[in-house]
Amino acid sequence: MQDWREDKTFFRATIALPVIWFMIFFVVPMAMVWAYSVGENVGPVDVAITGTFSNYAKAFSPEVLKVMWNSVWLALATTVICLIVAFPVALAMTFADEKQKTWLLLLIMLPFWTNLLIRTYALIAVMRNSGVINSGLEGLHNLLGVFGMQMGVFEPLPLLYNKFAVVVGLVYVHLPFMVLPLYAALDRLDKSLIEASLDLGAGHLETIRRVIAPLATPGIAAGLVITFIPALGAYLTPDLLGGPDDLMIASLIERQFKRANDWPFGAALSFILMYITLIFFAIRAFMERKGGKVGAH
Amino acid sequence: MARKIARAPLDYLNMPAMKAWLAGVFIFLYTPLMILILFSFNDSKANVVWKGFTLKWYVKAFENTQLREALFNSLLIAGVCTVISVVLGALMAFVFWRFKFPFKGPLESGMNLPIVVPEICFGVAVLMFFAKIGFPNDLPYPFNLTQIILAHVTFAFPFVAIVVRARLESFNPELEAAALDLGASRHQAFRDVIIPHMKPGLIAGGLLAFTLSLDDFVITFFASGPGTITFPVKVYSMVRFSVTPEVNAASTIIILITVLATVLALRAQSATTKES
Repeated sequence: MQDWREDKTFFRATIALPVIWFMIFFVVPMAMVWAYSVGENVGPVDVAITGTFSNYAKAFSPEVLKVMWNSVWLALATTVICLIVAFPVALAMTFADEKQKTWLLLLIMLPFWTNLLIRTYALIAVMRNSGVINSGLEGLHNLLGVFGMQMGVFEPLPLLYNKFAVVVGLVYVHLPFMVLPLYAALDRLDKSLIEASLDLGAGHLETIRRVIAPLATPGIAAGLVITFIPALGAYLTPDLLGGPDDLMIASLIERQFKRANDWPFGAALSFILMYITLIFFAIRAFMERKGGKVGAH
Repeated sequence: MARKIARAPLDYLNMPAMKAWLAGVFIFLYTPLMILILFSFNDSKANVVWKGFTLKWYVKAFENTQLREALFNSLLIAGVCTVISVVLGALMAFVFWRFKFPFKGPLESGMNLPIVVPEICFGVAVLMFFAKIGFPNDLPYPFNLTQIILAHVTFAFPFVAIVVRARLESFNPELEAAALDLGASRHQAFRDVIIPHMKPGLIAGGLLAFTLSLDDFVITFFASGPGTITFPVKVYSMVRFSVTPEVNAASTIIILITVLATVLALRAQSATTKES
């Protein structure tokens, strides 16, 4: 590590481009949104920055609160399911040998690298009324009918365009977000502690509950935040898999900018989501410091 | 009577319950994608029953001018985005790795914000930004893709920086000192010693930027001017109407490109860890 004053020209030459780019294309746009969030519509296209909080107040109206509640609830359900599904996977990865580890990591990561839209589309193809699951069920239904059972007319399961579909979609997309930080935390555990616990007569579940989970808390916290935040702000999944009642906050923001054309309100909603994100990451950073730098990244 | 196979207490991977769990997870993750790929070769519009092998949906997808254009645009955007992101990301990684300077901590956290900010927030910010500065909407092709590229680079280059930074941690500073001792200038040492060391990180980071750009829908949706269409945006509008084998075929091509990029990136990264 070198002090920048020792080589000013070289320092300036290397830092200039990334910082300028970041300032122009990230800080300035975000600042604009923030300014708009305290602005008012004064014409079809004109907005005056008046310092009002009315846009934020509007976010506490019952209709908007319902959407927010919806988003939080769906994101929370997603996070909890991801944790339950991912924990054994991370545990298996931790105790696998090197070669198996690489393969498991690759298998977890590959869908994660695949286009989000394609994955959502694949889910639609599986879950729609004439999709693979319902066709399979229909086949089974008809087969049972052939064997003389009274089955009535086949009704496809309503798998799509409801909250169930949104949660399935969100879990499908966010599972790797949970597996990776959990794995990172578990991999650093002192394995002899687990062995000791098993030796001393605790069962596997008790060992997980009383030894592994407490030690892996920072990793679990990281996984919860890293899963919850993108799930909360998800746009595509609820938009394509949910019904009209399953609107999430991102869709509401999008509407203010495209259809409703109420930019100040959309900006306020967007910044509410930003504040929630930043608070969660601040909590996570705090816990990470307290937990002695265990966790993801 | 089944003989119990001896197993170390921590060998979780060989527990039958664990195997079943893992199998369940991977079936959940892969079945939809497998079915999508399988039905891109299915000789039936209905997409449900296997009617025989065909490549006609690929031909159809390629004959669909809009889809082809969208695919080409996406690849072009991803390509340009990768080049710019690698340069910016490498510089950023280098500066934070190398120098001590005032406000370094806050600046670094700030520059990692594009990674954690919800896509929708950055998307609307980009929309507002280009609308307010009066960015021309009617540039001739391919310059009408500029807004999308600028937006993609902004969220991609911090990712590149993380990957390159990890690589730089394994650099032996004595090598640079030796180069300087032997008469190289700072810039020469940077070009001939540090950059070659960064290379696996640059490749892995570049492929990451490429996939991120190719994958992005939300930010593109907001950044694109009227008339510009990318692959995710096109598929989005197609999916809204119906599920067709043509989309399956186009998706399969994208999946293939992604898998290839991922495997290459992992190769580059494992080369990184092996050397260090």
